[in-house]
Amino acid sequence: MAILGSAQLPAETSIPSVVSTAPVTNLAPRHSALVRFTHWITTICFFALLLTGIEIVISHPRFYWGETGTVLTTPLFQLPIPSSRRLVSTGYGYVLPDQNGWSRALHFEAAWIAVLTGLLYVVSGLLTRHFRKDLVPIKADLSWRALWTSFAKPFRFERPSAIEAFSYNGLQRLTYLFVIFVLFPLVIWSGLAMSLGFASAFPWSVTLLGGRQSARTIHFFVSLALVLFLFVHVSMVCLAGFWSRTGAMITGRTRTRKEHA
Amino acid sequence: MINLSRRKLLVSGLAATAGASGLAAAARLAQKYGLVPPDHGGIYGLGETLTYASQRLLTRHSLAREFSRSQISPRPFPNELAPLTEEFKRLQGGRFADWRLSVGGLVAEPASFSIADLKSYPSRSHITEIACEEGWSYIAEWIGVPLSHVLNVVGVHPQAKYVVYTSMEPDTWDSIDMADALHPQTFLCYGMNGSELPVAHGGPLRMRLPRQIGYKNIKFITRLTVTDSLKRFGKGLGSAACEAGYAWYTGI
Repeated sequence: MAILGSAQLPAETSIPSVVSTAPVTNLAPRHSALVRFTHWITTICFFALLLTGIEIVISHPRFYWGETGTVLTTPLFQLPIPSSRRLVSTGYGYVLPDQNGWSRALHFEAAWIAVLTGLLYVVSGLLTRHFRKDLVPIKADLSWRALWTSFAKPFRFERPSAIEAFSYNGLQRLTYLFVIFVLFPLVIWSGLAMSLGFASAFPWSVTLLGGRQSARTIHFFVSLALVLFLFVHVSMVCLAGFWSRTGAMITGRTRTRKEHA
Repeated sequence: MINLSRRKLLVSGLAATAGASGLAAAARLAQKYGLVPPDHGGIYGLGETLTYASQRLLTRHSLAREFSRSQISPRPFPNELAPLTEEFKRLQGGRFADWRLSVGGLVAEPASFSIADLKSYPSRSHITEIACEEGWSYIAEWIGVPLSHVLNVVGVHPQAKYVVYTSMEPDTWDSIDMADALHPQTFLCYGMNGSELPVAHGGPLRMRLPRQIGYKNIKFITRLTVTDSLKRFGKGLGSAACEAGYAWYTGI
């Protein structure tokens, strides 16, 4: 109870001195077993997808808009990186080794596992009211002032208050909802739109995105957005205390006492 | 500490058994309905099988997107070619009059066709995109004879499951299942954008599968073999590309 008491203090109050040193026991887990399981499966898949995605892009680091695009057409932009194909002129005097075979295979396999894991997460999240309880922001957190405070705090390298070890602030909730219900669906959709088989069954999935090459470009930018999210996410975890927050996502338990020791 | 009660153990044991037998049953069913690709082994087998099985269930009869004539790419990009063989150059010198496509395996009447023979059959065309696994793509009009027409001419045995197609290029062959072989947009392609199929694009004869990635659309086709098993071809993975680490099914 001492912990909960201290958590209700204003965020500016110095927490460590007030936090009880009594061992934390019999608290509901910070993250449910299913959230923890799907989180780490998704993490592994995300890194596999990122690595193989980079490998595949290296074979053609040019991006286009519309239906078509080859080395004979003008790109929207070209990444200033070397390529694994001789016929792509990059300005580098060498050609990287071709890694597309296994990269494609692992990309699609990781995508399958990530999508199935994501479905499990979303369905169970709806059934257990995880989204409503933990991720839909409460009204007070949605004021510009509250959002600004949440946004600015990390830049002052302020550690989150103790209450935030048990709950997310409005900005975090909005960000997680955006990643789960906008970025992930969009990256899956734009990826599937590049599948010729999928496109034959659902042609509108390509045309709605503006064509095959547009889908590829969108896939690239949404992936970039996800990488940006990952970067911010890990930075915030580090700021809050890497081991305690990572531990909470592994064991489900929040060791507030240790964190502030 | 972790509290493993007897009840928990029992339930998870039952769930694991049900899961394992469910998987085994699913695998048997998938095999029965031709939903397992030849390269289903190894660490990527799971992904390959999920992709192939789901697309077979979803897209067996669906048609690749077709485009309008105005969308045809002005400069179709021919990918890199291996140096042409002496045999190819000889045939090219004779304007491919001596080019032969031999068709054998599980067929009633093995046969050999010249390009002129193939052109005497109903000519079909579609304006579709060809997309490379690297990421680039272009749209062209592809002209040819549906593979299904040629297969009907030679008479395919009912136990046929795959068509293996072989290029004149060394170590270049691939295979497709009957769903793709009999698909109306699968062509033995001899023309492009109103003219002969240029050599750079695989002329005089190229396999054209608009629902699969570019590398499956093999150039310089000289032989078709209808078969019920891919085990006897190469390493049994279904294509030369598979032996180089590339997937057999490329609808994705």
